[in-house]
Amino acid sequence: MASESWIHAALALQLLALDPGLGGICIRARSGPVRDRLADLLPPIAQRIHPTISDEALFGGLDLSATLASGQLVQEKGLLATPGTLILAMAERATTGLAARLAVSLDRNNDHCLIALDEGAEPDEALNPKLAERLAFHVNLSHCGLQDTDDVAALRQGRVALKDVVMPADIVAQVTRIAGELGVDSMRAPLFALRAARAHAAFTGHAKVTQDDLEIACALTLAHRATRIPEPETAEEEPPARPPEQDNENKGEDTLDLPDELLLDAVRALLPDNLLEQIAARKARAGRGNGTGAARKGNRRGRPLPSRAGRISDGARIDIIGTLRAAAPWQTIRRNASGRDGLQIRPADIRIKRFEEKSDRLLIFTVDASGSSALTRLAEAKGAVELLLAQAYARRDHVALVAFRGTEAELLLPPTRSLVQTKRRLAALPGGGGTPLAAGMVTAFDQATQATRRGLTPTIAILTDGRANIALDGRADRKQAAADAQQIARILRASGTDTIIIDTGNRPESALRNLAQTLDAMYLPLPRADAERLSKSVAAALGD
Amino acid sequence: MQPFPFSAIVGQDEMKQAMILTAIDASIGGVLVFGDRGTGKSTAVRALAALLPPIKAIKGCPINSATAKDVPEWAGLKTKRVHETPTPVVDLPLGATEDRVTGALDIEKALTKGEKAFQPGLLARANRGYLYIDEVNLLEDHIVDLLLDVAQSGENVVEREGLSIRHSARFVLVGSGNPEEGELRPQLLDRFGLSVEVASPKEIETRVEVIKRRDAFENDNTAFMLRWQAEDAAIRDKILKARKTLTKLKTSEKTLTDVAELCLALGSDGLRGELTLLKAARAYAAWRDDTALRRAHLRAVAPMALRHRLRRDPLDEAGSGTRVTRTVEEVLG
Repeated sequence: MASESWIHAALALQLLALDPGLGGICIRARSGPVRDRLADLLPPIAQRIHPTISDEALFGGLDLSATLASGQLVQEKGLLATPGTLILAMAERATTGLAARLAVSLDRNNDHCLIALDEGAEPDEALNPKLAERLAFHVNLSHCGLQDTDDVAALRQGRVALKDVVMPADIVAQVTRIAGELGVDSMRAPLFALRAARAHAAFTGHAKVTQDDLEIACALTLAHRATRIPEPETAEEEPPARPPEQDNENKGEDTLDLPDELLLDAVRALLPDNLLEQIAARKARAGRGNGTGAARKGNRRGRPLPSRAGRISDGARIDIIGTLRAAAPWQTIRRNASGRDGLQIRPADIRIKRFEEKSDRLLIFTVDASGSSALTRLAEAKGAVELLLAQAYARRDHVALVAFRGTEAELLLPPTRSLVQTKRRLAALPGGGGTPLAAGMVTAFDQATQATRRGLTPTIAILTDGRANIALDGRADRKQAAADAQQIARILRASGTDTIIIDTGNRPESALRNLAQTLDAMYLPLPRADAERLSKSVAAALGD
Repeated sequence: MQPFPFSAIVGQDEMKQAMILTAIDASIGGVLVFGDRGTGKSTAVRALAALLPPIKAIKGCPINSATAKDVPEWAGLKTKRVHETPTPVVDLPLGATEDRVTGALDIEKALTKGEKAFQPGLLARANRGYLYIDEVNLLEDHIVDLLLDVAQSGENVVEREGLSIRHSARFVLVGSGNPEEGELRPQLLDRFGLSVEVASPKEIETRVEVIKRRDAFENDNTAFMLRWQAEDAAIRDKILKARKTLTKLKTSEKTLTDVAELCLALGSDGLRGELTLLKAARAYAAWRDDTALRRAHLRAVAPMALRHRLRRDPLDEAGSGTRVTRTVEEVLG
């Protein structure tokens, strides 16, 4: 017996073959027998692409060997130049750049469609949202076993020509309404639903879109975009949605009187049980917690990227093959001009290698130096910072130190790798006064923003016992202080900075746990921890 | 397929207004559209081309020169015939190479005839027109540098194989993107005259109308285009009329003071803010067929002219558009 998701995948592929204007489908499944069976359904003449495909392969360029061999200009056609189906393997690894290029070509003409094979294992590993948005269907086969599959018939022609399918007049309003109920903001979704309904009608041989067509189309195109679960009772929402019915009387038979609830049920059946968690994962920040910095481009080390024209300068490395390729077409001219034989390379031909390297990490310690953090705790925090710094040196990390006490925060140590300097500043760290937690976080955030601009990847570690009692404006107001801290936490989270909160209080503080939740940060209660344990826990939390 | 007609776009009034203003006075300097997925950013920018009145240019000139003496020598053009041609709107794809953008030696001629010849690039084609970059915040850094340089000098310089080519490249930048996917460098932000933020419409009737029109566009193209191209033509005529009104528009000393005070209160960097605000307000007044610039005009265009020129304040959750509106209320009352 075939499972529902399997049937949906097969049906979606069928509809896509019928109407490429649907953009495409994202199939989420690890590679395995299930996906192999599905391969029978994939269109036989499709171009396979991979996430690291070069622009030249996509958009075309000069075919150097053919050009030189024939002495005539031979342009290589890119994959995007000819209409057809593209199959993107390992789609979850597609970069934003590739997603944007593919998205633009999907937008521009309707003859391309994309089958994205998403092999992501974790919930936050998924197809780039820009691309997912432009694909009508999304099928999850992760929980589909071989026994759930079914023999699939080869692709069939539609029984009715697409353009002959009649669309009842009230459907547009209804589909839009349903999309609204499901919290789907994008205007592409209802369009896809209409298109899919039309394709399904053509496929099953209905001359007019029926309830069946619409139900399945909504289920296939809207369920995976839903951001909220609609209330089962929609009775009180019905009246405002009624006005479009006035058309009913004029149009007579050309309508499909189908209650919203029926359609919503069809979609609701497909909503995953853990929808809310999935939405949270979708919003989760990219690339956190893997212990390395973010990727950036450089010309010295790292993973090679396509080379580009440039000047030989300090530290740049020449891409010899690229340079020769660039020089080759001009050899005839140059020989004629100079009268010399042999290879002639000019400065303009020079191609420079580029690499993608991991950027250095910056640990911003934000230490509570208030009176409530008793002096002994402060000493331990200092010790932990020193130990971490010693390790950080080996890992080429930078360290900055922010202390907050009294009414304000102070940057004690700008980002540095110097162990000696840090020790000296730490030793001079005074204690006492109130706990302006929010001010400390603001200073840390400033440092993090600046560091990002300089190409570092910041992580903020907050060491406190969490009884924030000084507000941002310096007043001693416990309530305002907590509210300020929460607000800064939201900003920090939105900026995507990694954060760890270390609770150094004797008893774990619930306010800090809440703060960590707002921050989406790791929360480490470490009462009575000595410097060694503290540094070990932080290192573990950083993912080393 | 022809692009979706501009006038058929439902709602998104600020975005449409910004595009019309830049069509009235190109020296305002382009529009940046930032917003979520599926809000019609790309549709609107692509539709802009149909709004622009045609320009007069020498026939066959690779850089759309207005007069015969502007035609570059390397074009090897013999004719001096002037013809009317649509305002160029050139698409700069994300994957474009430097050669393709600036122009390079003509490989075909080099190989087959052993001749040095210049093959103009996208910048040449965009001269006197618009350069459109979809997903502008994802553009490669070196292309951004190059664009900034050319936009600043208004001239494109190519040095290669002993070939030294310079040609004028004055264009209006139009870009769109989703801010969640990457920030735009402040230098490039500053190049855009106006910036608008778009969001999906929230009212169900508007949404239904959007879908209906799009559906008609796809399935009943001929009738749909016939209906809306007439509307587009009406807007185009109104733009031409506004261009004439613009030359006669009066600007009082008092308005200039208002503009300066507003920009000072907002702390926008440089003087470009003042200039753009003034130009945009004048274009808006001309569009409204008014004879003198008033405070109401400033108020209407201040958000789009200034919101991308403010220093970013991480503690301000409301966004820079609200900050501008608030300050406008404080300064202009």
